[in-house]
Amino acid sequence: MDATEIGLWGVPLAMLGGAIRVSTPFIFVSLGEAITERSGRINLGLEGTLVFGAMSAYAVAVMTGSPWLGLLAAAAAGFCFGLFHGWICKFRGVNDIAIGIALMLFGSGLAFFFGKPFIQPSAPDLPAIPFGGWSNVPQVQAALNINVLFLIGAALAVFLWWAFRNTRAGLILRVVGDSSDAARAMGLNPNTVRLIATGIGGALAGIGGAYLSLYYPGSWTEGISSGQGLMAVALVIFARWNPLGCFAAALLFGGAGALGPALQSVGVTQGYYLFYAAPYILTLVIMIATSSPSRSLAGAPGELSITR
Amino acid sequence: MADTVSSASVPVMPGAQGYPTALEWIARRAEAFVIPLAALIVGMALFSLFIALVGKSPMQLYETMWRGGFGSWFSIQNSLSRAAPLLLAALCVALPARLGLVVIGGEGAIVLGGVAAAAMGVATSGAPAFFVILAMGVAGLTAGGIWIGAVGALRHYRAVNETISSLLMAYIAIALMNHLVEGPLRDPASLNKPSTEPLAEAHRIGNIPGMDVHWGLVVGVIACILSWLLIEKTRWGFAARIAGGNVRAAQVQGLAVGPLIVGFTALAGAFAGLAGMLEVAAVQGSANASLAAGYGYTGILVAFLARHNPLAIIPVAFLLGGIDASGGLIQRRMDLPDATVLVLQGMLFVVILFSETLYGRFKAFNPDLWQRGDLVKRPDLLKGTA
Repeated sequence: MDATEIGLWGVPLAMLGGAIRVSTPFIFVSLGEAITERSGRINLGLEGTLVFGAMSAYAVAVMTGSPWLGLLAAAAAGFCFGLFHGWICKFRGVNDIAIGIALMLFGSGLAFFFGKPFIQPSAPDLPAIPFGGWSNVPQVQAALNINVLFLIGAALAVFLWWAFRNTRAGLILRVVGDSSDAARAMGLNPNTVRLIATGIGGALAGIGGAYLSLYYPGSWTEGISSGQGLMAVALVIFARWNPLGCFAAALLFGGAGALGPALQSVGVTQGYYLFYAAPYILTLVIMIATSSPSRSLAGAPGELSITR
Repeated sequence: MADTVSSASVPVMPGAQGYPTALEWIARRAEAFVIPLAALIVGMALFSLFIALVGKSPMQLYETMWRGGFGSWFSIQNSLSRAAPLLLAALCVALPARLGLVVIGGEGAIVLGGVAAAAMGVATSGAPAFFVILAMGVAGLTAGGIWIGAVGALRHYRAVNETISSLLMAYIAIALMNHLVEGPLRDPASLNKPSTEPLAEAHRIGNIPGMDVHWGLVVGVIACILSWLLIEKTRWGFAARIAGGNVRAAQVQGLAVGPLIVGFTALAGAFAGLAGMLEVAAVQGSANASLAAGYGYTGILVAFLARHNPLAIIPVAFLLGGIDASGGLIQRRMDLPDATVLVLQGMLFVVILFSETLYGRFKAFNPDLWQRGDLVKRPDLLKGTA
């Protein structure tokens, strides 16, 4: 390993590779949350869903030997969490943000409860495709070793961007998100639409969790998510509920998250913990920069409690 | 909704009976006790089901929980020790909640309050003990106050969502603590567990006489009582409750909502920072990674269970402190993971939030509706009001 051979070029290269690796869970969680928020609800519980998805994917992959079954289990678990959030929020006086916080704690607690026996054994990884075969430089090869889920996530972002505008389901989702009254006048039941939207959002977050435990970092630990689900929720606001924006923002966040390890790989160890805080600081700065007290956010769904 | 409107707009109803009877007085207040209590019982029942599903005995679990948290003087003292930081952490959620803000990043204020207090304790170690402890308290209050006050300021002046920003700031605070404790403030003698320099014995906070519980419990209870007085008995509290109900109405009334929000969030953060200071001065003896023990997150649950009423926080913190304290015993006796307590907390949280939908649904708690029944039976009461 010749880290010195390409010198400091290793930092941007490692950040690019890191951005692709780290961003994948952000892509899935933020796309899921974009669907949920477009329907007019916010689900902060995706943080818990992410952790539970990571645990269930890992557990099923260990037990069956198939990472894909693990992925499926994570998606199913996430779907159930999402449905529960969507169902309970339809009752009068039940606050979607507070329920999200409760599910964040509940999902993590349940994941830790069932995940204890799976901290030791190792599970099979999700496959990656080596796009860097043309290069002899190991860092380039490492950076371009791209997991299939990243590609699926990218395709999903484009598909959702198209579907929000051009499909009947996309229109229904946007109507319900903008005005419950208008939706009811159209003969739609907002609660049903939100139930489905939150369920799908949860399933996508579960897939993001499966990526965490089955590819990168690739093992199940209790600190596996450390707020990534929550950052993804903030990212959706920054991306103005646009799936393509979510994808771009996820890459940006991934790059910030890769800053610490990248600097460490070239021997910078000063302020190690501060670099690890970079994604949180970036999220906060972006939220401050893009919010304004005098005007409502462009593109915000009208029924979303967070923007009212 | 329609019920409340009609009862408010028909003046004959309260007047018909004069002053409310004792039964009516009780009925109106019973709702706030009966519903949370029922939710607690339902939550416990669901948890029993969960425990039975994983193949353990719920009865044995509750017995262990009782013994570990409440069954003996020893375990009660243990629960009270854990309740002390929970009281302050819950206030960090409850005070902003009265203004309609959901702040969940108290953990960050606890951590930074602890680090600031530890640094202050080392810096002033030459001074008299009383002064050192006072300075540490001020440092903890200030650090926490600035941290959560900033969340409030961002909310009001930049419209940044306080729930997300406070949690992000909690992660930043923990990173900052790790940086300080492993770098500039590290005691070279702390090898395995990086810590700040230990406080001198004289600068540590001791126990309440006759108990194995440190003075932080008293501080927490006083903070709860003061917060209750602030909210219920002062004009600032009154203004906060108006702003919490309807920000625009408060602004139309000429209330300075901005300073109110910043003040309440800063006070909330100051309490959490004080919890961190107490952890350092009474429990740990120095600032280290143990500060991020999750009190900030359990505090969220305490505040919601208490429905953001500072007086109700006192018994609820004791209850959850006891559940927390019994975690170790449950783990050892029943061979269950330590996360069992987290599962119970999560279930209780969900059930409590769900129970919010029950308020105002039961006729038994609403004497106005009793009278409405009378009106249907005795239309003569309505004469002269139409």
